[in-house]
Amino acid sequence: MSVGRSAATPFWLVGPGGLLFLGLIVLPLVLTVILSFHVYDHTTGIKNEFTLAHYAAVFSDDYYLGIFWRTLRLAALTTLICAVIGAPEAYILSRMRDPWRSVFLLVIIGPLLVSVVVRAFGWSMLLGSTGLVNQTLQALGFDSVRLLYTETAIVIALVHVMLPFMVIPVWTALQKLDPMVEAAAWSLGASHFTALRRVVLPQVSLGMLSGSLIVFGLSASAFAIPGLLGGRRLKMAATLVYDEYMHELNWPLGATIAIIVLAANLVIMLAYNRVIETRARKALG
Amino acid sequence: MSFLTLEKLSKIYGDFAAARDIDLSVAKGEFVSLLGPSGCGKTTTLQMIAGLVEPTTGTITLDGRDITRQTPNKRGLGIVFQSYALFPHMTVAQNVAFGLEMRKVAKAERDERVATMLGLVHLGGFAERYPRQLSGGQRQRVAIARALVIQPPVLLLDEPLSNLDAKLREEMQFELRRIQQRVGTTTIMVTHDQAEALSISDRVVVMEQGRMTQVDAPYRLYENPATPFISSFVGKMNRLDGAWRKGAMEIAGIALPAETSGLSEGQAIALSIRPEKIALKPAGQGRLDGTIANRFFLGGSWLFTVETAAGAILVSAPNDGEEPAREGTKVALDWALASQRIEPLAQGAAA
Ligand SMILES: Nc1ncnc2c1ncn2[C@@H]1O[C@H](COP(=O)(O)OP(=O)(O)OP(=O)(O)O)[C@@H](O)[C@H]1O
Ligand SMILES: [Mg+2]
Repeated sequence: MSVGRSAATPFWLVGPGGLLFLGLIVLPLVLTVILSFHVYDHTTGIKNEFTLAHYAAVFSDDYYLGIFWRTLRLAALTTLICAVIGAPEAYILSRMRDPWRSVFLLVIIGPLLVSVVVRAFGWSMLLGSTGLVNQTLQALGFDSVRLLYTETAIVIALVHVMLPFMVIPVWTALQKLDPMVEAAAWSLGASHFTALRRVVLPQVSLGMLSGSLIVFGLSASAFAIPGLLGGRRLKMAATLVYDEYMHELNWPLGATIAIIVLAANLVIMLAYNRVIETRARKALG
Repeated sequence: MSFLTLEKLSKIYGDFAAARDIDLSVAKGEFVSLLGPSGCGKTTTLQMIAGLVEPTTGTITLDGRDITRQTPNKRGLGIVFQSYALFPHMTVAQNVAFGLEMRKVAKAERDERVATMLGLVHLGGFAERYPRQLSGGQRQRVAIARALVIQPPVLLLDEPLSNLDAKLREEMQFELRRIQQRVGTTTIMVTHDQAEALSISDRVVVMEQGRMTQVDAPYRLYENPATPFISSFVGKMNRLDGAWRKGAMEIAGIALPAETSGLSEGQAIALSIRPEKIALKPAGQGRLDGTIANRFFLGGSWLFTVETAAGAILVSAPNDGEEPAREGTKVALDWALASQRIEPLAQGAAA
């Protein structure tokens, strides 16, 4: 093994990935940041002048702040519901016997094979004013409810799409658990519930936290579902950016919103990651 | 009289019997060992008693109550698991305190009992560590402490000392025995170390392929093994195959006297004798002549392999401070007739 080769090899190995990262992520991001500081004029378009007006506009306008707040709220709600449904689901899955376990794992992961757009359309058919849900309600003698184009519809569909991203990390964490550890808790007098709460949950909390991170990040930047189930009025951050670019043609403003969403997401996830890491240091080796 | 009773206890996985027809009754305060080779169903039996494996058939009675279908948290037994099963996210002290917490013992008393127990297993300075920061033997001792601290009526130990060094193991054996005698805890210990089973228990249960083959006091088990398998598993045993001719046992043309009756002429028989029952004599002065092929120094004794016309025979002699005969020396083997056992071999099935 020559010294020259061993010195250059790492760079060659990192090269392709690094180029891809530079070209497809860093470069567009830098361009977007630069774009967000450009002046925009409704008659002449983008001008080559520097301004902070877009940032000022976004932060002083209740319309934008309301959409950010909704994005944050719905993403957090989706994460919470996913955790509440996904963790028990993963636990039940891990306790199943083999033919059933494979079947149900496929049922949970299966939706990932269908495009999000198709699933969003599916939900809009189910939740529409003459959809299956309302038909059932009417058949049972209830008033029909408005579901489509509400936040409820967005959250329902987001939970459906995001659930696998919660179930899989929790399931992985459960796989690593020695079943005898739970048995040890029982033998020491703990009820099933106490054993779950005191022994199983703390050990899978790491999986739940990383699942939450994925679900939150994906929900906050979701585009197809709020676009199709939220309608024209109920916007989230990603649909707002789309509108600024494609309808208003105000690219610098769109870029500004995109950067703000990115920064907010980054801050929330990094803070969350800190929590995970301190937890991890305590829980597992 | 009997405190813990197992009746016709079986566990069948598919068409494989991990444990079959286990019948055992254990008196209060008794120390019983389950001894057997790997995979013979010791852990399965123990976990059925603990309530962690559901028996396919049979009943378990504890202190007059049928506990066969009772959940493990209601049985109140102390268990040391083969894999330790410590709570990885709790410190050593929290691990040990868990059972007391479940029993709603007040904090002050809890702390005191945990500290005492950790002292007992020599882990006083490790209370705030996490299990992953401990060595294998230290983890094992945490598992022992966790089971002992709740002062259970029955203690189930699954190879609780397998990972300890010789000195610590002896100390822990002594400790287990002391606690069991002082508190009167009924103890069932799984082990595949025959020396441990013999030294510590009141009775030893030998298991073989899911069945119990002999239940006896250690001394009787050693002196009167019920089957050739047990005789070879418990201690060392020499076995010589031969035939019964003219009132003596004939092996490779050599006649060895025997005080057995009821054997027919020409019947195939096996003679078994423990190595420590054989004495080395100068050549020509014993029952069988041979040459020393090997000798091993074991500290307290010497173990010789002697090549004879009847095959290789193990002889153990106490170390009296003198250097004994070297390899290649011609010797004679002698033993008392009472210490040999003669069994007829079933035709064709030389077990
Ligand atoms: N869940 C299971 N399914 C099928 N077979 C099993 C199962 N659990 C145990 N067995 C089998 O039952 C037999 C007895 O297992 P057990 O764990 O009781 O052995 P053991 O005597 O404790 O052995 P060791 O000394 O190696 O711990 C083994 O052959 C094992 O393969
Ligand atoms: Mg075992």
